[in-house]
Amino acid sequence: MSAMTNGKLTDRARAATSLAMQGESKARRFARMAATMFVSLGLTGCITVNAPEEPIVIELNVNIRQEVIYRLAEDAGNTIEENADIF
Amino acid sequence: MGDMMTKRISKGLLAGVAIATAIGGLATPAFAQRDPAYAAARSAGQVGEKMDGYLGIVGPSTPELRRLVNDINIKRRAVYAERAKATNATLEEYALTAGCQAILATAPGEKYQAPSGNWETRTSAPPMRDSRCP
Repeated sequence: MSAMTNGKLTDRARAATSLAMQGESKARRFARMAATMFVSLGLTGCITVNAPEEPIVIELNVNIRQEVIYRLAEDAGNTIEENADIF
Repeated sequence: MGDMMTKRISKGLLAGVAIATAIGGLATPAFAQRDPAYAAARSAGQVGEKMDGYLGIVGPSTPELRRLVNDINIKRRAVYAERAKATNATLEEYALTAGCQAILATAPGEKYQAPSGNWETRTSAPPMRDSRCP
C-alpha cells in the first residue's frame, strides 16, 4: 500500500514542480504581493494627502499661554506704533 | 565783508539744519510711514496680517510681493527678537502678541488671517482673532 501511495504522491509532486503552472503561480504570488504593496502605498498616500488641512498654524503656537500674551500686549502695541513703517 | 557774509550764511544754515534735525528726530518715530509699494499692496489686499505676527501674501504670489513681504518680515523679526529679549519672552510669544495687535490695527478693507487659517477682509466689526488675544 505504502509503495503505491508513495509512488503516486511522488509522481504528482514531480509533475507539479516541472509544470509551467508553477511559474504561473509564482507570478500570481508576485502579483498579489505587488497588489498588496500598491494598496498599502495607496493608503499611505491617502493619509499624507488628507493630513494638511488647516490647524497647523494654530498648533505651532498652542503652547503659548494667554497670560503671557496679556503681559506682552502693551509692549507689543507700543512696538507696532513705534515701527509704523513695517506694520 | 565777504567772510562775514559767509559766516552769517553758514550760521543760518547750521541753525536750520539743527532745527530740521530736531524736528525730524522727534517726528521720526511717530511719523515713520509705510513704503508706498507696501501701503498699496496692503490696501489692495495683496498682503495681509497673519496670526503669527508676520505679513503674508494673500492672493497669487509674485516676485515683487515676495521681496516686499520678506523684507518687512525680516525687519519685524529683528524688532520682535529685540523686544522679546527685553521683556523676557520668547520670539514666538512676542510675535504672536504683536500679531494680535497688528490684526486689531488693520483698517477696513485690509486682509488678516482668522483663527481658521483663512484670509478675511477687515470690516468695521472687530476682527476674528485667536481666543488668547487681549
